[in-house]
Amino acid sequence: MQVHKYDVVIVGAGGAGMRAAIESGQRARTAVLTKLYPTRSHTGAAQGGMCAALANVEEDNWEWHTFDTVKGGDYLVDQDAAEVMAKEAIDAVLDLEKMGLPFNRTPEGKIDQRRFGGHTRDHGKSPVRRACYAADRTGHMILQTLYQNCVKHNVEFYNEYYVLDLLLVEEDATRADGTPYKQKRVAGVVSYDLASGEIHVFQAKSVVFASGGVGKVFKTTSNAHTLTGDGMGIAFRRGLPLEDMEFFQFHPTGLAGLGILLSEAARGEGAILRNSEGERFMERYAPTIKDLAPRDIVARSMANEVREGRGCGPNKDYVLLDLTHLEPAHIDAKLPDITEFARTYLGVEPYTEPVPVFPTAHYAMGGIPTNIKAEVLQDNDTVVPGLYAAGEVACVSVHGSNRLGTNSLLDINVFGKRAGIAAAEYAKSADFVEVPESADRFTIDLVEGVRAANGTERVAQLRKELQDTMDANVQVFRTEETLNETLNVIASLRERYKNISVQDKGRRFNLDLLEAVELGFLLDMAQVMTVAALHRQESRGGHFREDFPDRDDVNFMKHSMAYKDETAETEHVAGIRLETKPVVFTRYEPMVRKY
Amino acid sequence: MTTPTEIPEGPSKVELAPGVGGGGEIPSFDITLKVRRYDPEVSDEARWDEFKLTMYGTDRVLDALHKVKWEHDGSVSFRRSCAHGVCGSDAMRINGRNRLACKTLLKDLDTDKPILVEPIKGLPVEKDLIVDMEPFFQSYREIMPFLINSGHEPTRERLQSAEDRERFDDTTKCILCAACTSSCPVFWTDGQYFGPAAIVNAHRFIFDSRDDAGDMRLEILNDKEGVWRCRTTFNCTEACPRGIQVTKAIAEVKQAVLNRKI
Repeated sequence: MQVHKYDVVIVGAGGAGMRAAIESGQRARTAVLTKLYPTRSHTGAAQGGMCAALANVEEDNWEWHTFDTVKGGDYLVDQDAAEVMAKEAIDAVLDLEKMGLPFNRTPEGKIDQRRFGGHTRDHGKSPVRRACYAADRTGHMILQTLYQNCVKHNVEFYNEYYVLDLLLVEEDATRADGTPYKQKRVAGVVSYDLASGEIHVFQAKSVVFASGGVGKVFKTTSNAHTLTGDGMGIAFRRGLPLEDMEFFQFHPTGLAGLGILLSEAARGEGAILRNSEGERFMERYAPTIKDLAPRDIVARSMANEVREGRGCGPNKDYVLLDLTHLEPAHIDAKLPDITEFARTYLGVEPYTEPVPVFPTAHYAMGGIPTNIKAEVLQDNDTVVPGLYAAGEVACVSVHGSNRLGTNSLLDINVFGKRAGIAAAEYAKSADFVEVPESADRFTIDLVEGVRAANGTERVAQLRKELQDTMDANVQVFRTEETLNETLNVIASLRERYKNISVQDKGRRFNLDLLEAVELGFLLDMAQVMTVAALHRQESRGGHFREDFPDRDDVNFMKHSMAYKDETAETEHVAGIRLETKPVVFTRYEPMVRKY
Repeated sequence: MTTPTEIPEGPSKVELAPGVGGGGEIPSFDITLKVRRYDPEVSDEARWDEFKLTMYGTDRVLDALHKVKWEHDGSVSFRRSCAHGVCGSDAMRINGRNRLACKTLLKDLDTDKPILVEPIKGLPVEKDLIVDMEPFFQSYREIMPFLINSGHEPTRERLQSAEDRERFDDTTKCILCAACTSSCPVFWTDGQYFGPAAIVNAHRFIFDSRDDAGDMRLEILNDKEGVWRCRTTFNCTEACPRGIQVTKAIAEVKQAVLNRKI
């Protein structure tokens, strides 16, 4: 067992992880562990922008941004967190500019801003220009800029170190009211070095999880192959709760059939969605802000058009994104990458032809619960000292039941920074928690179990069946029937997973083994998502139940908290306990959500 | 505050041309994929493995590699992540040219002949299509790839004109995939050469009006392993999956080194 010792260990090197590393690295001895190379992280695929009420091009303020975020999330947003994010957004953008990020500029040389879905002036009156951007490669610029600054600050990276376990110890403790409980404390993480196949234990005073999302539970997704919910899965397996996992965002404009993202910035720059009759159908669904309604509403409207027979193409299974009324020079200046995607992957010329699009699985609103200091919660009232999470892996919750466009790039910067500072500050005063004996046992068993697997089932086949059922049954429209069917499929896939085989038995870059381990996380997370979706008998934000089409604030204005618990059963699934957590309200009362 | 430029509002309803959005059955075709295999755990010798596959019109080389790995031979090893040309994981030599596997459509290759897939050249091969990227990133780090500004830090953003921003736009697109550097004949024979990608990333800061350290970077690139090793073969420009005018950027850096000396 190789043991390393750091004050702070950060798991993941996307936007949140590297933003945390820049802060932590200047304050404490810090290591960043990533299963990729840092610049491969999926932050780089984000396109449209990062909202902040800079008011560079028109009147705006952070309170409007807070309101839009809360309303966009269908009031399931924790309002204290949304306030923090909208307020600190301004410095987050300015920080990036000072680090070198090449934003597009106004004629005066200030950071330019453009429209984005659900971002409005004065509480919904009209779209507002709030998104700071660098063409349609804002995420790429953020990822590169953060990596550049990690190089500047000599941040220590362990590339292609796949973290597979979180080391927690439990101590007897007593609450203020006298009840005893088990206090979890973090001791470090265990990782698998992909290059050598060796197991490395990292002892750390603080651990920051920033390992991204879980989009690969779906077939049609904008997510990278590597986004398999590892961080969420590790936390869940170690008894930490997962919050609001039923809420998954389907981005309206994925390239039809492929899922590759076409930024909402296209609609921010004036593009329009049309059905087979050439109609701008969003005028019917969101009369005020039309195509710039939040993503859940647009995605559902598109799926509804297709369902009612107004889809396009030979199978009538997509709608069209029309940019043909925009100047080619304007498209080239503002949307160069996404128009190239349409040309490369569909052979469509966006100057003259509308682009086939359909919703694509995009973003997990839920994740590892944290408070606004990015501290991870072990239950509704108790933080795990030294353990932090930020970005898509976390649920703080600024996105509630539906994230607004650009707020993810904001989330990673605001809460990544907070996590990095907090982790380093905690490490200054804390002692190392002793690493449990045979800390690597669990990981060795996991990895060697998979390596030795000689069953009859193929990992790729099981993953495909999982993704097919999730696409068919847990997508934009859900019912009790489709969700139950999915749970049955998942149960059978989990059984078959015990009988997989891995062909590559080597130690060096064994990516066959990696994919098998990832599938284990995908199966766990798909089950949690579906159980939580079945339990939530209402429709809110990204979660739409056809059998319960209305929002039900009386029974469901609360976060869900899923725990792994061998003694429990939820929705006939053994091993999962579902609890709730109150939503934090500060200034906005829930209203009917209309645009 | 500027008045926002008006965005043209598209009409509520349009007549769509028949067959708009393409469609119809996606054609399928058979290919032979030859993959360069090397695993020092198994053998010191590299070899070619051949796979016969049925693929579809929208499939990319990455899809063919996945089909091999998922259905034929799980030990075939390659890096990939985003699968649409923005993360830079899957640069490889495809029919002798450096490309991203996820951006190369099979239908654009000659599918009558075997499609050859090899690791990029000039970096040590670790296993199959996976190379050691560390020397590549080492060169990148040496050119100080971060904004250096010694001036007074403003409370708001630094101002930069749209023209000044445009000056280095092309080189901001780099995704560090190494397609350019590993296509460079100079780099193949002299691994010490900084290589096109490092120079591209130096260019990105040298021509950024907010940066003060251009002279330091030019000094580094004036080194014997710096820009003067470039023989202007344009391989890098042809290889760049982001369409960066790499050779032009190198020429601009060369010119900047000369101007500085005058």
